[in-house]
Amino acid sequence: MSLLEIENVHTYYGQIHTLKGVSLTVDQGEIVTLIGANGAGKSTLLKTTSGLLRPREGSIRLEGKDLTHDPPHEIAAKGLVQVPEGRRVFGRLTVTENLEMGAFAISDQKLIKENLDRVFQLFPRLKERHKQVAGTLSGGEQQMLATGRALMANPRILLMDEPSMGLAPILVDGIFEIIRKLHTDGTTILLVEQNARMALQVAGRGYVLQSGVVVLSDSAQNLRQNEMVRNAYLGET
Amino acid sequence: MKQAIKIGLIGGVVEILLALIGMIEAFSQRYIIIDIISMGHTLIFLVALLMTSLSAKRTPHGNPLRAMINALTSGLIIGGFLAVLVVMGSLVNLRKVFINASPLLYQWLTFNQGIKAGIPLLLTGGALCGFLAGLLFLSSKLFRRVLIISLGSVVGAGVLQDLLRPTFALWGPLSVMNEWLFSANGLTLYGAIGLFVLIAALSYVWAKKGNVIRANLNGLSPSNQRVLRITTFLTLIMILLVLPQILGLFLSEVLTIVGLYVLLGLGLNIVVGFAGLLDLGYVAFFAIGAYSIAVLTSPELGFFNLSFWGALPFAIFIGVLSGFLLGIPVLKMRGDYLAIATLGFGEIIRILVLSDVLRPWLGGAQGIGKIPKAHIAGIEMATPQQIYYLILAGCLLVGFISWRLRDSRLGRAWMAVREDEDVAQAMGINLISTKLLAFATGAAFSALSGAIFASKLGSVYPHSFNVMISINIICLVIVGGMGSIPGVLVGAFALVGLPELLREFAEYRLLVYGAALVAMMLLRPEGLWPEPLQRRELHEGESSDAKPNH
Repeated sequence: MSLLEIENVHTYYGQIHTLKGVSLTVDQGEIVTLIGANGAGKSTLLKTTSGLLRPREGSIRLEGKDLTHDPPHEIAAKGLVQVPEGRRVFGRLTVTENLEMGAFAISDQKLIKENLDRVFQLFPRLKERHKQVAGTLSGGEQQMLATGRALMANPRILLMDEPSMGLAPILVDGIFEIIRKLHTDGTTILLVEQNARMALQVAGRGYVLQSGVVVLSDSAQNLRQNEMVRNAYLGET
Repeated sequence: MKQAIKIGLIGGVVEILLALIGMIEAFSQRYIIIDIISMGHTLIFLVALLMTSLSAKRTPHGNPLRAMINALTSGLIIGGFLAVLVVMGSLVNLRKVFINASPLLYQWLTFNQGIKAGIPLLLTGGALCGFLAGLLFLSSKLFRRVLIISLGSVVGAGVLQDLLRPTFALWGPLSVMNEWLFSANGLTLYGAIGLFVLIAALSYVWAKKGNVIRANLNGLSPSNQRVLRITTFLTLIMILLVLPQILGLFLSEVLTIVGLYVLLGLGLNIVVGFAGLLDLGYVAFFAIGAYSIAVLTSPELGFFNLSFWGALPFAIFIGVLSGFLLGIPVLKMRGDYLAIATLGFGEIIRILVLSDVLRPWLGGAQGIGKIPKAHIAGIEMATPQQIYYLILAGCLLVGFISWRLRDSRLGRAWMAVREDEDVAQAMGINLISTKLLAFATGAAFSALSGAIFASKLGSVYPHSFNVMISINIICLVIVGGMGSIPGVLVGAFALVGLPELLREFAEYRLLVYGAALVAMMLLRPEGLWPEPLQRRELHEGESSDAKPNH
């Protein structure tokens, strides 16, 4: 049994059939990446997984338990936590307040404190700026904060939506460094990225999504070698 | 220079507008300093001073000479505009179009000196304002502060004379001051000068020594500090308790109105300020509270004939229920859409209570009368002075609940929903219950206010619950500072209390509201008494512990 199992999911935006039977699994401790062009349905899949959109067909299971019809806040409380696209930190709150907000579903104060220490240990930069208003952080720091905020909830699995979007190349390297670090800590990650080159470097396995259908799934290594992936997503000819 | 001319033109147009809508004339009935300066003159002067200081402040590079010239230019233009108005008025009968362009207005504008002398007088006045603004701008911060505070106090004392005089009269040492400070209409000249000097001296000393005093207070041992805090708190409570006895009937009535708005404001503050849900139909819950009490208690309808206290829990419960009911259909709406939907809800309630079909139950256009007063320990709460205590208790209770809620788990959920709904959901916050609880809590406070309102008036009419009430409450929450509990208090006093005290304002209330809102958005968007969060966002970089790093 995999940690996260998405099976034959169909999602519609009104009449538009966006996900046409997507199946995907993520095992404990691995990084799985989902690559695809704009409009392929990557974000839709994440939204469906986290309960913001409802699939018309198919099922989503976390540790064998079905959560297809759970409301988003319950899905989050069960350990499927998102790092949203575009970071979306609470701009007017301080770094610490943002992090505390991430632990909203946890009521054990001691555990919150532990998580906070862990996040600060992982991101010393955030500790330095713990009193600063999040809106004034740089893009890279905001991405750290968004990731830290998600980690505060003790996630079973982290869904990262385009963490490198809109960041300078040097910061992108930093973000992938963080992802690697999380991986060595044992965090399970489903990574959605446009930057396929980087994503396939950190991930163990990958799925390629095209027009709402998984067209390829293989180990990251093999995907990097794949003719179609190289042409379409890595820009190599 | 271009800037200065532009500001001068705007100032001039504003002055003419104020004159032609009759505001200056209306304000001139009341004197700040008897027979010398009326409130109307103060208004003209204030606008001119404000515009010319703006002109000085906007001078590029902060060149002192240029700033002075700019302020003078703007002042001259403003004076010139008024002079043109006076000349025009004397040549053409403006009254055919502007009914307020009366001869009396010109007399006021020219300080009763006639047109020939008035024109140079106005020009000089304008220039003088400019000069003063320039001087203020160039002088030291300390001097500016002292001058503004003491001038403000004199104007404030003059404007609020009706409030201050009876208050002073109650206490021996102060009642002596009354004779000296106040005349029948306005301050006496010596009184005004004396007050000015006194306040100037006090504010000067405070500016110089204030930090030391504050440091001393902060340096007190924790136990002493607690004693100090408790004494301050008790003194405040004492003052609040004896206030209606001091202030008398009329002012207590004003206080009760302000109090009802504070209750409403605290409720809306939860919906708009805490949870970020813009509710334009908030008056509906006020109406529901009032009508619940009316239907449950009034012998005129004769359904239940409960006492006020017997009906109050039901009224609040019905309020909460309707909060939920409104909340459910609008759960998925955001921003403008939510505002329009709630606006509709407010109107629906008003039209329902007005309808003929429901007349047997809700009284229709005639409303419901004979609502009994509340009793506390056998005493009937009938006069404003007595009802004040009822409202005070309500405000303290609701204020306390608001304050506890803000720091609670629910309060944090509201904050998250306000900042970003989707992310809040992804953090494990139940959007549905969080939003519904905001609507319900707000509705409960509003229903409480409505219930007291109904019992205070003894009758309810549909027209007491129009959309303007909702607008008033929104305005006071915004002016006070969204999400700030003391802000609601300040906002209610500024937007509800002041217009009640200044009968001249009554006609121009909406204009003043509009101007106040625009001015607030430009000058102090976070509100008069903002929450730290808002201040943080809007004045980023001014505080020391938060500096952008790139």
